[in-house]
Amino acid sequence: MSEPNVNNGCRCGCDAGSKMDVQNSKLKEADEIIYKHKTQKGPLLSILNEFQDSFGYLPRAALEETSKVLDMPLAEIYGVATFYSRFTLKPRGEHTISVCLGTACYVKGAKDIFDELLKELKLDGSGETTDDGKFTLEATRCLGCCGLSPVMMIDGEVYGRLTPEKVPEILKKY
Amino acid sequence: MDKVNVTIDGIVAAVPSDYTVLEAARSLNIDIPTLCFLKGINEVGACRMCVVEVERARTLQAACVLPVSEGMVVRTNTPKVREARKTILELILARHNRECTTCSKNLNCELQKLCDEMNIKEVPYQPYEMKVEIDDLSPCVVRDTSKCILCGRCVNVCKKVQGVGAIDFSKRGINTMVTPAFGQSLNDVACIGCGQCIKVCPVGALSEKDDTEEVWQALSNPDLHVIVQTAPAVRVGLGEEFGMEKGAPVTGKMVSALKRLGFDKVFDTDFAADLTIIEEGNELIDRLNNGGKLPLITSCSPGWVKYCEHFFPDFLDNLSTCKSPHEMFGAIAKSYYAKKEGIDPSKIFVVSVMPCTAKKFECKRPELSGTGYADVDVVITTRELARMIKQARINFAKLEDSKFDKILGESTGAGVIFGVTGGVMEAALRTVAEVVTGKELQNVEYTAVRGLEGIREAQVKIGDLDVKVAVANGTGNAKALLDRIRKGEANYHFIEIMGCPGGCINGGGQPFIMDKNEIYMSEVDRADSLYNIDRSMPLRKSHLNPEVKTLYDEYLGKPNSEKAHKLLHTHYTKRSRF
Ligand code: SF4
Ligand code: SF4
Ligand code: SF4
Ligand code: FES
Repeated sequence: MSEPNVNNGCRCGCDAGSKMDVQNSKLKEADEIIYKHKTQKGPLLSILNEFQDSFGYLPRAALEETSKVLDMPLAEIYGVATFYSRFTLKPRGEHTISVCLGTACYVKGAKDIFDELLKELKLDGSGETTDDGKFTLEATRCLGCCGLSPVMMIDGEVYGRLTPEKVPEILKKY
Repeated sequence: MDKVNVTIDGIVAAVPSDYTVLEAARSLNIDIPTLCFLKGINEVGACRMCVVEVERARTLQAACVLPVSEGMVVRTNTPKVREARKTILELILARHNRECTTCSKNLNCELQKLCDEMNIKEVPYQPYEMKVEIDDLSPCVVRDTSKCILCGRCVNVCKKVQGVGAIDFSKRGINTMVTPAFGQSLNDVACIGCGQCIKVCPVGALSEKDDTEEVWQALSNPDLHVIVQTAPAVRVGLGEEFGMEKGAPVTGKMVSALKRLGFDKVFDTDFAADLTIIEEGNELIDRLNNGGKLPLITSCSPGWVKYCEHFFPDFLDNLSTCKSPHEMFGAIAKSYYAKKEGIDPSKIFVVSVMPCTAKKFECKRPELSGTGYADVDVVITTRELARMIKQARINFAKLEDSKFDKILGESTGAGVIFGVTGGVMEAALRTVAEVVTGKELQNVEYTAVRGLEGIREAQVKIGDLDVKVAVANGTGNAKALLDRIRKGEANYHFIEIMGCPGGCINGGGQPFIMDKNEIYMSEVDRADSLYNIDRSMPLRKSHLNPEVKTLYDEYLGKPNSEKAHKLLHTHYTKRSRF
């Protein structure tokens, strides 16, 4: 009999596909982290914090292991993981796009730029890394070049006086 | 309990000191509206619908979570309170996909009712457009997050009462949603399909998968012989959908309604419940005598069975191999009945009317096809049957009484009480006691296993044997019980587990109760009603059912025979807990 939903290949764009290598190399590390915090009161946040620091994101296999050991539903852990902006559920993309949503940029239409990026990168606004692992999109506060607003930055390179139409062209460069 | 003096809307009273302001007010016949509150399960103060003015408090207070204190002065109906309640509803509506006329909870919706009562006439805020994404991949439960008001009841019922935790809040701010982990479909996580979340949802965000259209189509297909069976709990719930009092027994009217809908034969799952008792009782005797795996745990509740597969796979060998009664019925209908009536089994279409949403998943299990055809073709809930009766414009209350058809319609009182927690255990004991001792059992009522507490234990003398039994209802209680067995803190010979609190009478497919805080009280009425039917029956032991006897004599041979095994027994599958 097949076991439904055991993450052998995943449709939702999470990292389940990479579960195998996580299992091999990281699961032991995840276990150490879980057991280190297990007995303290409200251990979940400490565990997730340490996952984020050690792995750079929260691998699904590590969250499942946490669910088992703490006897806490995975849906609850997922809830906590998506509540705090500090946590990410995917490894960082190859390129990081930061869009300034500070006041100056905002009034000049930065929200439209951000929405255009969401559309172009097929992100739903919750996940911040594309399925192919190429881009990570984040909103930031002032990047210090309000004169060029609206502004975004890709891996340190600044693009100013943006319009939504310019976005696809710029992305093609990467 | 100590008392404290409070004044609510000018009424001075001494109330127990552990009351909340809400409880105190209601005990004085002063109603305060609530939306998220569910006693003992969801006491989170999330919606603020229940705000009241409390003297010396700077802001309005949520009555559902505010404990009373000595000298407290409360006002529940001031301009400020009325204004706040209105604003709360208006804000909810601004973030709500309003489409009442096509909504699953139309006329059963607490939000709709409150808006009416609070005189809401317009929504003065810019509406936030809710993305409509319907998750209907599960055969049991449909989720529509565009209707969700984030009250948290489903989350806590699923987690605390059912011990599952399939859904929870995710993300934050305006993006907050109630979802399974990683935004998956309910079909792809360890949801057991029990539908308890549907029962408590105040709005139309959760509903059962509606399969009535499939039944209508079968009924209008002249090539099919369409037969229907009804579970015990349906007959003490259905009347509520037609304005009758809670628990009203409507067996005769229900049979008439089904005949009018056009079913070729109307049969009774209680018949198959008696059959289940013969098979399961003998399985128990066999395991007791021959060193089989103990405790034996009942397998008639599909929510519980799926729970066991996901969360307690180490207990799968303890599960009785008996199929649940309605599946046994299907297998017998497509073999014995088909042969006797000379009907091609491929033309027999079996509809089960159940108090249960989990049975919708169960009937799709590939292993439940003992004749080569699916034992049961479609499962509809009590609510769906009511909908069909309304659609057909049948005046239910005025229907005359009719009787179930032969040859799968006879039942005993033992079959009837399958619908309530403890009932399967009691029915089994009635039969096992007579089989083991060979003597007639005088007092058939095993009151020790009755009641509505989550877990009950008893020791029953059968012949020379002291049989230790336990009963659990609600999978959260099953978890607590099995955890104790795992740790070696308890042990039993025989355990009955029903997935829903109270048993099938409170299944996820039973009629909605508008005041959700009465859900767990209405159990009492429905349970009493089933015990009354049992008492009124001439036969109260499964093995005395004449149609079941004929079935064994003419077709199956002995209980647990090879033929019985092929048709009436099944196996289980370990599933992931995620
Ligand atoms: S949930 Fe209630 S208020 Fe909302 S559309 Fe449905 S019936 Fe109407
Ligand atoms: S059907 Fe039962 S298990 Fe599934 S989400 Fe609802 S309450 Fe939880
Ligand atoms: S789905 Fe229903 S019960 Fe669950 S949080 Fe939303 S409104 Fe409440
Ligand atoms: S806050 Fe009291 S009912 Fe919701």
